[in-house]
Amino acid sequence: MTATTVTHDLVSVENVSLSFGSVRALRDVSLTLQPGEITALVGDNGAGKSTLVRCLSGIHRPDDGTVRFDGQPAHFSTPEDARNAGIETVHQNLALVEDLTVWQNLFLNREIVHGFGPLAILDKRAMKREAQRMVSTLAVNVPSVTSTVRRLSGGQRQAVSICRAAGFSSKLVIMDEPTAALGVQETERVEKLITKLREDGHAVLLISHNFAQVMRLADHVWVMRAGRCVAGRRIAQTTGEEIVALITGAQQS
Amino acid sequence: MTATTVEAPPAPPAPARSQRLRDPAFWADWAALVGLIGLTIVFQALNSTFLSYGNVQSILVAAAILIILSIGQTFTIATGGIDLSVASVMTFAACAFGWAFTQGWALPLCMVLAVVTGLVFGAVNGALIAKGRIPDFVVTLGSLSAASGLALILADGKPTTVISPFLLKFSTRGIGLFGWTFLLAVVIAVITHVVLFNTRFGTHVLAAGGSPEAATATGISTARIKIAVYTVSGVLAGLSGILLVARIGASSPAADTTMTLNTVAAVVLGGVSLLGGRATIVGPVLGALVLTVLVNGLTLVGVSQFYQPLAVGIVVVLAALLMRFQK
Ligand SMILES: Nc1ncnc2c1ncn2[C@@H]1O[C@H](COP(=O)(O)OP(=O)(O)O)[C@@H](O)[C@H]1O
Ligand SMILES: [Mg+2]
Repeated sequence: MTATTVTHDLVSVENVSLSFGSVRALRDVSLTLQPGEITALVGDNGAGKSTLVRCLSGIHRPDDGTVRFDGQPAHFSTPEDARNAGIETVHQNLALVEDLTVWQNLFLNREIVHGFGPLAILDKRAMKREAQRMVSTLAVNVPSVTSTVRRLSGGQRQAVSICRAAGFSSKLVIMDEPTAALGVQETERVEKLITKLREDGHAVLLISHNFAQVMRLADHVWVMRAGRCVAGRRIAQTTGEEIVALITGAQQS
Repeated sequence: MTATTVEAPPAPPAPARSQRLRDPAFWADWAALVGLIGLTIVFQALNSTFLSYGNVQSILVAAAILIILSIGQTFTIATGGIDLSVASVMTFAACAFGWAFTQGWALPLCMVLAVVTGLVFGAVNGALIAKGRIPDFVVTLGSLSAASGLALILADGKPTTVISPFLLKFSTRGIGLFGWTFLLAVVIAVITHVVLFNTRFGTHVLAAGGSPEAATATGISTARIKIAVYTVSGVLAGLSGILLVARIGASSPAADTTMTLNTVAAVVLGGVSLLGGRATIVGPVLGALVLTVLVNGLTLVGVSQFYQPLAVGIVVVLAALLMRFQK
């Protein structure tokens, strides 16, 4: 490691472990994310990437170890806590509600309302208008914010998820295999969105199986194998072959 | 706003009306309304008193309880659940009312007791489902039995007469064609419609039913939503208990076995998905009217009572078949 980490880490995961019954999904994982960077997380299926992401986004709580966010110890017990702290996640299984509209999904649990408490009434007009703006600033290809998500293609859905994650002044956007289910053109558009997030000052944690994509987009890469984080590299100082070797275990660290 | 449309594929043109009428999905969405109009035409043709002032008035009054219970049921089904205990909780709430009345409680207090009884049952249902992680079906089947049992115990198996001029007026008077009980059902329908479509809670109900994982990932507590919808259902069952006492002038622990099934039938007829995530209030209200009209009409044209459950069954299965064409 070069000694360039004068700025503080945006996220630091320290010795985190998590088991599901007898499955040890995470074993003593430590890694850091830098602000304003795209950090890639790679590893075979079942390596524990999604589980780590769920620890960061408040779905799981580590059995052991600590997560620091923005210098503070982060004890997220619900996804709400993580979102309030500024961590938005685009989950692998596309966390959108199919029968709700695009604008409803964009504002899910962040609704704009008139009035207070239990008598608050949704301000649909404001949400539609704002949704339109969110969608258009990302130049996302979505037919209409009033159409239901069910009617959208895979790429359009991914765009909506990313749009939601990028809104609400998030500091970190986590994306779990955002292009895995997409065609070539859609992948290209989503990659543009990811670089745009970095330009706009968001840090991004990108999980991907696509090494070319990782080399193209990321600033740093962490490699996971069988629940452990086995290596970290600056993208400028590594190659696709080395990453593959680290993932398979042909190269140890 | 033009930036968004540059790459967008052209929106599919709105299909012509004739084409829409041939689309089974259109009929599925409006099954209840179509059924209501169809039945009205048939019964009116068979018996010209069907659409008489008096008969329409009595249909609307007779529909009130089913409408209110079906609205509660809609909320539980919207989350992908089902409340099999609504009718029993209503019966128990009615018996609680009758018990309090004979104890000399003031009428408003008796009413509050009935609603609170429903509320408690609903909240317990919801808590067991959400926190105990027991399937909705099992929990509410249990409370169906528990509530009927408690009603029998509390009333000692006997009906209690409740003589109250207020309740009598409430159940027999109204504004023109519309009895007070029906108007109450309409008010509840309007309020719950606003709740479902114009509040955060309503959106979260649909989200939790449509995709619990997605709802959870945005920070919505699906457990809280479950508890809330069963509480809504319980409160409406408690309220229906009052209407039941008002209608028959007594509280009776006799179980009404078909009522719960009719609420589910009304919800299905109303085009609400049993899988959760898609719901309206108008649909189940129309569904409840269809079932009430069916029973009223069959009686009017002189079909034996024994055929009524069969007819309801056929209508519901037909509606369910139609649902398969839903978009
Ligand atoms: N909720 C869960 N319950 C039980 N086991 C789980 C759960 N989530 C993940 N696992 C297990 O944890 C391991 C890591 O899974 P995951 O984090 O999804 O891997 P990746 O995303 O890297 O493919 C796998 O063995 C998986 O079967
Ligand atoms: Mg995964």
